[in-house]
Amino acid sequence: MNNRQTILEIKNLHAGIEGKKILKGLNLTIKAGEVHAIMGPNGSGKSTLSAVLAGKPEYEVTEGEVIYMGKNLFEMTPEERAKEGIFLAFQYPVEIPGVNCAYFLKSALNEVRKYRGMSELDAIEFLNLAKEKMKLLELPEDFLKRSVNEGFSGGEKKKNEIFQMIILEPTLAILDETDSGLDIDALRIVSDGINQMRKPDKAQLVITHYQRLLNYIVPDFVHVLANGQIIKSGGKELALELEERGYDWLTNGKG
Amino acid sequence: MSDQNDIIESLVKKEYRYGFYTDVETETVPPGLNEDIIRLISHKKQEPEWLLEWRLKSYRQWITMKIPTWAKVKYQPIDFQSIVYYAAPKSRKEGPKSLDEVDPKLLETYEKLGIPLKEQERLAGVAVDAVFDSVSVATTFKEKLAEKGIIFCAFSEAVQKHPELVKKYLGSVVPYADNFYAALNSAVFSDGSFCYIPKGVRCPMELSTYFRINASSTGQFERTLIIADEGAYVSYLEGCTAPMRDENQLHAAVVELVALENAEIKYSTVQNWYPGDELGRGGIYNFVTKRGICKKNSKISWTQVETGSAITWKYPSVILQGDNSIGEFYSVAVTNNYQQADTGTKMIHIGKNTRSTIVSKGISAGHGQNSYRGLVKVAKSAINARNFSQCDSLLIGNKCGAHTFPYIEVKTPTANVEHEATTSKIGEDQIFYCNQRGVSTQDAINMIVNGFCKEVFRELPMEFAVEAQKLLGVSLEGSVG
Repeated sequence: MNNRQTILEIKNLHAGIEGKKILKGLNLTIKAGEVHAIMGPNGSGKSTLSAVLAGKPEYEVTEGEVIYMGKNLFEMTPEERAKEGIFLAFQYPVEIPGVNCAYFLKSALNEVRKYRGMSELDAIEFLNLAKEKMKLLELPEDFLKRSVNEGFSGGEKKKNEIFQMIILEPTLAILDETDSGLDIDALRIVSDGINQMRKPDKAQLVITHYQRLLNYIVPDFVHVLANGQIIKSGGKELALELEERGYDWLTNGKG
Repeated sequence: MSDQNDIIESLVKKEYRYGFYTDVETETVPPGLNEDIIRLISHKKQEPEWLLEWRLKSYRQWITMKIPTWAKVKYQPIDFQSIVYYAAPKSRKEGPKSLDEVDPKLLETYEKLGIPLKEQERLAGVAVDAVFDSVSVATTFKEKLAEKGIIFCAFSEAVQKHPELVKKYLGSVVPYADNFYAALNSAVFSDGSFCYIPKGVRCPMELSTYFRINASSTGQFERTLIIADEGAYVSYLEGCTAPMRDENQLHAAVVELVALENAEIKYSTVQNWYPGDELGRGGIYNFVTKRGICKKNSKISWTQVETGSAITWKYPSVILQGDNSIGEFYSVAVTNNYQQADTGTKMIHIGKNTRSTIVSKGISAGHGQNSYRGLVKVAKSAINARNFSQCDSLLIGNKCGAHTFPYIEVKTPTANVEHEATTSKIGEDQIFYCNQRGVSTQDAINMIVNGFCKEVFRELPMEFAVEAQKLLGVSLEGSVG
């Protein structure tokens, strides 16, 4: 088990935004084939972690390092990280008016393929691929023609994120509160999509507030993030315990 | 954040891809303007007496007029006496009779511009009239068009061969006294395109003109006149480029469109005159008067993509004189670096049930200033007139500006006039979202801008739409916000 490749190694990560310290010495190692869940109360730094890993410009790393697939993550631009196989499913996906989903995703896919030395897909090849994957997420026919996220319902936005993930086949998928704002049917569909991507050479980092999602996406490890650090790690049963007891018993103990 | 600004600084540089100069011998007149120069131009072109008189009348009007100052643009005063008002590539005594006789260097220039005339002649799709400095160089497809009775030729040729049409319509939409630059153009215009579509004829191909300013210190004053007779249809494309020069050059054109009963004219422009360098030196002053008149049940549609010029000052307009006539204006105007654009339209509703649509998309980057200025005027007679205007501005970076000046005058209570305006900024969140999917910042901006301009681009003929998208990409290279 231990000889599987390390995909992500976070060592003593300190980071924040606009001078405010949010992550304060976070450590985490993710290996191929693993699904890690990060849970924690509001303001614990969950979204900061995903933003820092994806390279959002306004976040500042003050200390520590992150090695992704043997490379220094912080030497890569956001688009290089994406092309190297890091995918962030956004909590609040932005709208891009006038740019249709097909065009957007085809551009993204071909950037990634070019980078990986694969041939670019033409319009027809792309459409065939997209239509096949759309079925998995029960996306409507006209979906590809609509502007990216414009006028989408909350559920559609999240489905679109997962749809993009399935098409781009990332090595490391970071899912930032993908379950928020989903009804039970949408949650099931989205989770099925995420589980599709569970493969021996890939890994997932699932950030969530609620245990509910973890009924569908069963993690190998659960970590509790509080005050910028991981204060407890365990197996999937930890999530259930948190559901029952909340976070207080952990945070109080640590002070 | 500071990273982002560094990117803006370092990338706000672009190269003008059409800035080459063609070394051909040119024949010019001395700089400056007086009645003798006008006589000389008219003489060189062997014009009839009535046209010389019209030019002189225009000149006499022009000297009494003041330079308009109401536009939101700033520039050094133009010294009209230092401009050369006529420059022609020197050729054999007689004008070229076919493409084979055209100076190969000129043809090479057009090939660099991406419009190989010979190729186009073969490809059969677009008929091109190319205007180089002041004279029309070659018109393709002339014979094929002639079979349908369509006249598409250089303006000066039309003066010789179809004087009755020129005399009837010249100045009928833009009178010589209309405005300062129109009067100047009327006095000194050297060439341009002329097009006449006979009754009931649907022009089988897109007609196209390519303008290029080549010689230094010259102004280009072309005149275009398009007449669609009753029930006729024509789609006309116009493209423009100029070499890079330190000094500013003046381009003051006049375009007149006449759509008779049940006719339709679609006029598309991609304007890519040299915009000046990243510090705002040089570039074309583009002061253009474009106007069309619609008779009963007719339609005129202007579509423009303005990416070039140091200053753009133009308001393609439609006089909706006939009942049930339709006017449309679709515009994308880009200002980057120190470019300034004050552009929009005038829709003058006179006839009953007249309709107009205005869609304006202004994009500002660098230190660019972009103004929409539009007038919707509904006369008392224009019962049930309708107008819809939509003016959207997109800002890239923090140093540019967008302004909207809509004027609405309505004299009948039966009219329905709607105006919508939005201003947005390309968000860092949008760019980051694209980056996170592997799309570079420059490509992300192009994608977002093209999305913003979609409603206008879809009005352009296919090939032109592709060119316009590419041009937009080039114009905004390095403008990251």
